[in-house]
Amino acid sequence: MPTLRIQLPFHLRNLAKVTGEVPLEVDEPVTLAAVCDALETKYPPLLGTIREPSTGKRRPLIRFYACSEDWSNAALEAPLPEAVATGAEPLLVIGAIAGG
Amino acid sequence: MSRVRLLVGTRKGAFIITSDGKRQKWKIEGPHFGGWELYHLKGSPVDPDRIYASQCSNWFGQIVQRSSDGGQTWETVGNQFNYEGAVGEHLWYDGTPHAWEFKRVWHFEPSLDDPDTVYAGIEDAALLRSTDGGMTWTEFPALRAAQGEKWAPGAGGMGLHTIVLDPTNKNRIFVAISAGGAFRTEDGGASWKPINRGLKSNYMPDPTAEVGYCVHRIAQHPARPETLFMQLHWDVMRTDDGGENWREISGDLPTDFGFPVEINPHEPNTVYVVPITSDSLHYPPDGKLRVYRSKIGGEEWEPLTKGLPQENCYVNVLRDSMCTDQLDPGGIYFGTTGGQVYGSADGGDSWNAIARDLPAVLSVEAQTLP
Repeated sequence: MPTLRIQLPFHLRNLAKVTGEVPLEVDEPVTLAAVCDALETKYPPLLGTIREPSTGKRRPLIRFYACSEDWSNAALEAPLPEAVATGAEPLLVIGAIAGG
Repeated sequence: MSRVRLLVGTRKGAFIITSDGKRQKWKIEGPHFGGWELYHLKGSPVDPDRIYASQCSNWFGQIVQRSSDGGQTWETVGNQFNYEGAVGEHLWYDGTPHAWEFKRVWHFEPSLDDPDTVYAGIEDAALLRSTDGGMTWTEFPALRAAQGEKWAPGAGGMGLHTIVLDPTNKNRIFVAISAGGAFRTEDGGASWKPINRGLKSNYMPDPTAEVGYCVHRIAQHPARPETLFMQLHWDVMRTDDGGENWREISGDLPTDFGFPVEINPHEPNTVYVVPITSDSLHYPPDGKLRVYRSKIGGEEWEPLTKGLPQENCYVNVLRDSMCTDQLDPGGIYFGTTGGQVYGSADGGDSWNAIARDLPAVLSVEAQTLP
């Protein structure tokens, strides 16, 4: 099972009680859905914070970046880049920039 | 000596404010969950150290926090709020049908006799209950069957914000919804009845319809469960028959628009409201922050101003932001959208600023501790 590097936004790190980058073992094939499943299993307080509980879809103000590309609108079942799947590059979970 | 603990929810976190029974010196702790909106926090009447908190964010959704040590430490519990059966539709702002959709928890009401049982009022409006300390939640779907298809959101959303558990009858619960109205169950939630006779709202096509009212708050004194006081969108109302009939008691208030309504803990006929200029101007009339008190259950009101700003004050006081303690004389508290928390240890005769510079206050609950 590959170990990915996940970067979470400030508030989700606090909620999960982690600091810095999160190492995360993810089932293959390595997809955004598999990453979310693994995150929610390892850190139950994150349940529902990245994906809508009722639909399983990405929350509107969450973005996913991988290898300098925006994966926010990719299918959750699409395989992530090899560099992310092997841990060479991190997967960034971003809270959309919005004020308040 | 007894103590008081205030649970303050704000736009940017929760604060826990404590004092001894004199209520003169206060200690502020927080923010807890900094950066998150804390819509409401409330403690169990039978175990005050058991506290439930609604933590939410436009980015990350709904979190429910539970404390078992008076707010020193917290753990996340269940945040799955699902509607039972067919979700159905209510009215949208423009009068078109709109599917029910969970957005946030507006209010927690812990059971009067079990710290693991707690009710949640949510947006879009529904009532749910947990009997396992907040881990899982189950809806009372019969409430939405009470003409839910005719309910519509108020400006702040379609929230169920008031839950009154009758202390004399476990099977009787009152709830209020913006903008659905007031409802009552006599059978523990199996069926619900609209209780809005006597209300009148000109913003509805039928101003005296059975449902659709933007009720802002309901208060009940435990010693007199048939009497309820209501701050309607406009109008302060009263019922003496458990909601079967309401009558207006706005009397000589400078304006009868407002959000909270509270009752003195030791005087069931002493009622407090905070008049706000209008539904278009959400700040006090004339820049003067005044609580109004009636000692005869309405109609005749006196302004309470000592210690409150009487010029250039343009804050609002939201519906869950006023509360009382159980000490004698009774303490009364309220928070403002300007981040102030005011308290009175003499039933409202005089006020002190307990906190001046918090984020906008969404809710204040008082706990009286041994």
